[in-house]
Amino acid sequence: MNLENAAALAGPELILIVSALALLVWGAFQSKATVAFTIAAMAALVAAAVASAIGPLGRAFSGGLIVDAGAVFSKVVIYLASALAVPLGERWFARRGMARFEYPVLVILAALGMGMMVSAGDLISLYISLELQSLALYVLAAFRRDDEKSSEAGLKYFVLGALSSGILLYGASLVYGFAGSTRFDVIAGAMSHGAGIGALFGLIFVICGLAFKVSAAPFHMWTPDVYEGAPTPVVGFFAGAPKLAAMVLLARILAQSFGGALDQWRQVLVVMALLSVAVGAFAGLAQSNLKRLWAYSSIASIGYALVGLAAGGPAGIQSMLIYMVLYVVDVTGFFACLAALSRDGKAMETIADFAGLARERPALCLAMTVFALSALGLPPMSGLWGKYYVFKAAAGAGLVWVAVAALVGSVVAAFYYLKLIKVMWLDPSPGATDAPPAEAVAITYAAALFACPAVLIALIVLDPAAQAAATALPLR
Amino acid sequence: MTGILSLTTFLPLIGVAAILVLRAFGNGETPRAVSAARWIALATTLATLALSVLLVASFDGSQSGFQFVEDSVWFSGLHYTMGVDGISVLFVLLTAFLLPLCIVASWKSIQTRVIEYMIAFLVLESLVIGVFCALDLLVFYVFFEGQLIPMFLIIGIWGGANRVYAAFKFFLYTLLGSVLMLAAILLMIATAHTSSIPFLMTYHFAPSTQAWLWLAFFASFAVKMPMWPVHTWLPDAHVEAPTAGSVILAGILLKMGGYGFMRFSLPMFPDASVQFAPLIYALSVIAIIYTSLVAFRQTDMKKLIAYASVAHMGFVTLGIFSFNLQGEQGALFQMLSHGVISGALFLCVGVVYDRMHTREIAFYGGVVDRMPIYAAVFMLFTLGNVGLPGTSGFVGEILTLTGIYGANTWPAIVAVFGLILSVVYSLTLYRRVVFGRMTNPALASIGDMNWREIGIFAPLILATLALGLQPGLVFNLTNASAVHLVDAFRAATGR
Repeated sequence: MNLENAAALAGPELILIVSALALLVWGAFQSKATVAFTIAAMAALVAAAVASAIGPLGRAFSGGLIVDAGAVFSKVVIYLASALAVPLGERWFARRGMARFEYPVLVILAALGMGMMVSAGDLISLYISLELQSLALYVLAAFRRDDEKSSEAGLKYFVLGALSSGILLYGASLVYGFAGSTRFDVIAGAMSHGAGIGALFGLIFVICGLAFKVSAAPFHMWTPDVYEGAPTPVVGFFAGAPKLAAMVLLARILAQSFGGALDQWRQVLVVMALLSVAVGAFAGLAQSNLKRLWAYSSIASIGYALVGLAAGGPAGIQSMLIYMVLYVVDVTGFFACLAALSRDGKAMETIADFAGLARERPALCLAMTVFALSALGLPPMSGLWGKYYVFKAAAGAGLVWVAVAALVGSVVAAFYYLKLIKVMWLDPSPGATDAPPAEAVAITYAAALFACPAVLIALIVLDPAAQAAATALPLR
Repeated sequence: MTGILSLTTFLPLIGVAAILVLRAFGNGETPRAVSAARWIALATTLATLALSVLLVASFDGSQSGFQFVEDSVWFSGLHYTMGVDGISVLFVLLTAFLLPLCIVASWKSIQTRVIEYMIAFLVLESLVIGVFCALDLLVFYVFFEGQLIPMFLIIGIWGGANRVYAAFKFFLYTLLGSVLMLAAILLMIATAHTSSIPFLMTYHFAPSTQAWLWLAFFASFAVKMPMWPVHTWLPDAHVEAPTAGSVILAGILLKMGGYGFMRFSLPMFPDASVQFAPLIYALSVIAIIYTSLVAFRQTDMKKLIAYASVAHMGFVTLGIFSFNLQGEQGALFQMLSHGVISGALFLCVGVVYDRMHTREIAFYGGVVDRMPIYAAVFMLFTLGNVGLPGTSGFVGEILTLTGIYGANTWPAIVAVFGLILSVVYSLTLYRRVVFGRMTNPALASIGDMNWREIGIFAPLILATLALGLQPGLVFNLTNASAVHLVDAFRAATGR
């Protein structure tokens, strides 16, 4: 392997790291963010997405970096979602007089971490990429540093995230100790005759560490607090792409290194999945803050994605990938919509704030309804198709009862989605909402149009792409 | 003629697009935009009606297979497949027939958020027609489940005082039933590796699987139908829904349960259908007797008719699960007839409700003095509801009873008492509202039906009498498919 080849494989990441550093220098000289700056950051992310789509496939750095169809598929989604987060957050902070050039740089660094996560082929690169991503996100969560809640969110996120990283590291060390290598493919060789109890211990610690990152129950406690405190567009960012990255990473470890221990880790995933669905459904019922509510909703969503992963095999991984992609679009759109709305300069955050939105902003209200129904999984919204894939894979793998239990959980969750819809459509409006900012509205509409009619066409493309990605992930 | 089903299904959505464009370019809800929305909705539903009349006219009743089939590959092995047979084609017509009446009936009574109202009805029409045309499990599910949203909004926004409760109850009951059906659909796809309904109708599932699948589909259809004891959402939904909403609910949405039993449960899970037939008999008979008695005790006109609907649907399930030709034909006919008659009865309630804004039976009395035309129209549909020979109600009831008598004597005997009870509650309602002395001074000013209302009822009267006097109109179209259904069922179960 030569350096040129390695550089070509790591091309998208190189683009990101170079642009992050360049933007840092540029930002230091111009003291505040300008439109050109924002556009440059977006361009870097889009360029990285294009580079990963057209770049070569292969492995580099002694197997530490894997570029396969699975990594490419995830990277394109991750980089594009991150590109949307740049203008959304930048303009949002600018309206509050907090525009800082560090924001786009941090988003790029987080995206870089996520891109490396989905390409990680080694426990070391796994940890480094995960930490790069997490550190950038901790800072983003606390970005409104003069705001108590935002600082609290950042601190909570950091402390619990550090704890989970510790757990993950401990598990990784156990796996290394029992397998004799940090490389996923070598671990797979060592585990080909079934994983011993020690390695399984290690695996479960790794799963727990990643479960923190995707906020799967019972490691979900940080989620509602952090979502509530962090700035809205930032929540939209870290509720979406990082979870996709962590799920892909989890899929890669489980399917690639521990493919032989499917029966063992499946139990763990099933328990986590059903717990997540139950927590998301029941705890969500008691929420009045919409950001907290969506935290629980996303916990339930991760539960569904875990059902798909637990099904195992290419069908299961494909279902998880499709579910997560559709989820990322939905959650991005939802928080963009939330960021777009304010009443008398005050952000609308409780469910009651949304009373009468149908009269005030019919189009945004319709978009919000689409996101709620999509999260509920009602046809023809995208959420249904995510569930379709997940539960079809589960039924094919003999997990019919898991699918039924998870589906019944969604009926419980239906109550709070309906409550939101009821408030928006049926209740009288308390007063006029402020004019929504253009970029947030554009992202909301785009995501809503994707979630409602466009997904029916998009899946024709998404289905084979995710299938190719899913067949690539478990390979040696 | 390929493409006519998709066109019929999605034509209402074109109307929606037109209304939206108009709303975007006009300045929101101006009187002109409102009136334009009404006219566009009416024109769209009439165009859909014309298309479905064309569909039925060119339907070949001598064939049992699916006709006008459209098929294109979708993703993940799913197909977008549409097609109708004798069982489904008339439901398409029934839907297209009732929708323009709903629009006209809401012309004056709906004055708030008219544009959204018309959009909701058009979306609903599109989805309902889609349910009856879909030949792919997932496509069917999309149409079937998608209806919850517009119906939730129709009840929730334009309903009565307790509308939020009713809308939630409607939504959650139906959703619980349908997620179980979704699980069953996915299991079927995972087992049979196809989602094609025509293929699955000939596929043989293992008996133990059949039982679970049957129960899951039953959960959905029983709620939709609705069968006792999961019928309790219906009276609430009916009472709170606006008149046109009730018409749609009783006239069409309930029929999807019966349609589902005939399309899925019988052909796909024949062994399980035989196994669970006693359960259906028991629930149906309870529904017929119990809800008839409950109907008799109601003080609200709409609630009375809602309970009566549950009782009438009991006859339908009995007919379907009698597994013989009379039963299936009778059930189909009963559903069509009930779609027309119950829709008309709800419209009759709407006529006096629009004038007096109450549905309390005790409020009325002696309206025949002021409203002779209304009294005559109401009389006709009351007698149709009772099943008087000459009206469509008679044909359906006599056939389902013959069918069930051939299959099992006891349910037939008990169900006959239901007929008597239906006379009791229907005529009592009629007597207390229409006859007697007008004691309530508020009624003194009540006016008779105007031309718009007569225009709504004329087609319904025509349909009731035509179906009652010439049932062959229906049987010519349904016969081949019903025979095929029964034959295939007998071959599969060896009965």
